[in-house]
Amino acid sequence: MMRTAAKKIYIIVIFIFLYAPIATLMVLSFNASRTRAKWGGLTLKWYASLFDNREIMQALWNTLFIAFVSSITAVIIGTAACIAINHMGKRKRAVIMGITNIPMLNADIVTGISLMLLFISLGLKFGLGTILLAHITFNIPYVILCVMPRMRQLNPSTYEAALDLGASPVYAFFKVIFPDILPGVLSGFLMAFTMSLDDFIITHFTKGAGVDTLSTKIYTEVKKGIKPEMYALSTIIFVTVLLLLFLVNKAPKEKP
Amino acid sequence: MKNNRIFSGRQPSGRFMPGKLLSSPYIVWAAIFIVIPLGMVFYYGLTDKTGAFTMENVISIMSAEHAKALWISLGLSFVSTLICFFLAYPLAMILANMNVSQHSFIVLIFILPMWMNFLLRTLAWQTLLEKTGVLNSILSFLHLPALNIINTPYAIILGMVYNFLPFMVLPIYNCLVKIDPNVINAAKDLGANSVQTFFKITLPLSVPGIISGITMVFIPALTTFVISKLLGGSKILLIGNVIEEEFTQAGNWHLGSGLSIVLMIFILINMAASAIFDKDGEGSFL
Repeated sequence: MMRTAAKKIYIIVIFIFLYAPIATLMVLSFNASRTRAKWGGLTLKWYASLFDNREIMQALWNTLFIAFVSSITAVIIGTAACIAINHMGKRKRAVIMGITNIPMLNADIVTGISLMLLFISLGLKFGLGTILLAHITFNIPYVILCVMPRMRQLNPSTYEAALDLGASPVYAFFKVIFPDILPGVLSGFLMAFTMSLDDFIITHFTKGAGVDTLSTKIYTEVKKGIKPEMYALSTIIFVTVLLLLFLVNKAPKEKP
Repeated sequence: MKNNRIFSGRQPSGRFMPGKLLSSPYIVWAAIFIVIPLGMVFYYGLTDKTGAFTMENVISIMSAEHAKALWISLGLSFVSTLICFFLAYPLAMILANMNVSQHSFIVLIFILPMWMNFLLRTLAWQTLLEKTGVLNSILSFLHLPALNIINTPYAIILGMVYNFLPFMVLPIYNCLVKIDPNVINAAKDLGANSVQTFFKITLPLSVPGIISGITMVFIPALTTFVISKLLGGSKILLIGNVIEEEFTQAGNWHLGSGLSIVLMIFILINMAASAIFDKDGEGSFL
């Protein structure tokens, strides 16, 4: 009895630690005072003025656009790569997987500056495009990491059987292989989207002047003080995701 | 049949062989955006402004200012990694023993905070830790002494532990769930007590997860420049801050790249360790 109680308390303490800042931000989004140091009473005005703040709305749009396009691109390139890697020789696969691990294990700051040096020497104009290229680069490994295990569990005979029965390779892929790896593809997409959304460091080095994502916008606001609308926006995003996850889990499962 | 070339259909032997075409976009991408950029860091780090070879940028890590920053970074990230490990291991054990049917649920709980911006979450600790902040209000209500750790190394450690704890919990958890319960039962049948079972069975079998967790906490902690800026009151310079300033303010890419090469040496040591201890990628993050 004592031990289960102790375990429960331990889990609760860790979760308070992990979620206390999030609760703090949510409370601050209802704070009538402009500074986070004082509590000025309850208000909803930041939620209203948020939608009139063009800069924040532009940053939100940039963030979502980059997260969506970069994770879709990463899913396509990554899944295609997985199909091929799965059938490579041991040596070749080890080399490719080693290179894939570099962006995951390397420090974000090194990845960021290395891409910045590349873009400068290629003479690219720093802006949404360069951020997008950088995000696709660090997202592909997450997709490969999610899809690869599924790929290795596949039974190649089912694909061959489909071919024997006269299916074209593309048709056989989408009818036989794709449904089996779909969970991996979806979690890869979700993971890539989350990582892109939460990234600051790599964006910081690859963005151009005047182009901001939410992260870089917040970073420039740190010295002046964060606008309360930012708290309101992140509360909305967080609650939306929470509700979506809840709905997905509550959705009636397919009949067996 | 153009499509046949993409998946290259079946070889004469009847073996299923997808075409090389499918991997080529990724191989090209990885070459341009992973391999070449790293090469450029080495090029800049090992040359001076005239393009002549020099070791000066790398050696400048020995200068008093840079050595101090590296030393503080190593110290803080070492302590953070240690704290993460001791917090995460019991948590991973409890979670692994809970028999939660949905493995993805556990992962989700730790990924979910990332949907609130990392900078905002870290900044929120300012509100919690300030002299008149939430934590101190609670402490004074309980008649306990106030905690003044904001803008000190302790606040940076707290920020590191807070941000990177999930990266320690998940690999260890993933390793622990895979342990066959029969192995543990066998140990108990043979008369081992729970302490012996832990040190002889559970702990050794979770080494891949531990190594992977250490890598995933230590590297970002060692190289961060954001946490120290937000919670350290910009008085404490970490090696990440030095490199960031070389690139964004001082504009000396050669020096910044040289110092990055030093960082990469630590990263390589870590990668080598995980390659040795985690051959099958068992301690993966997901």
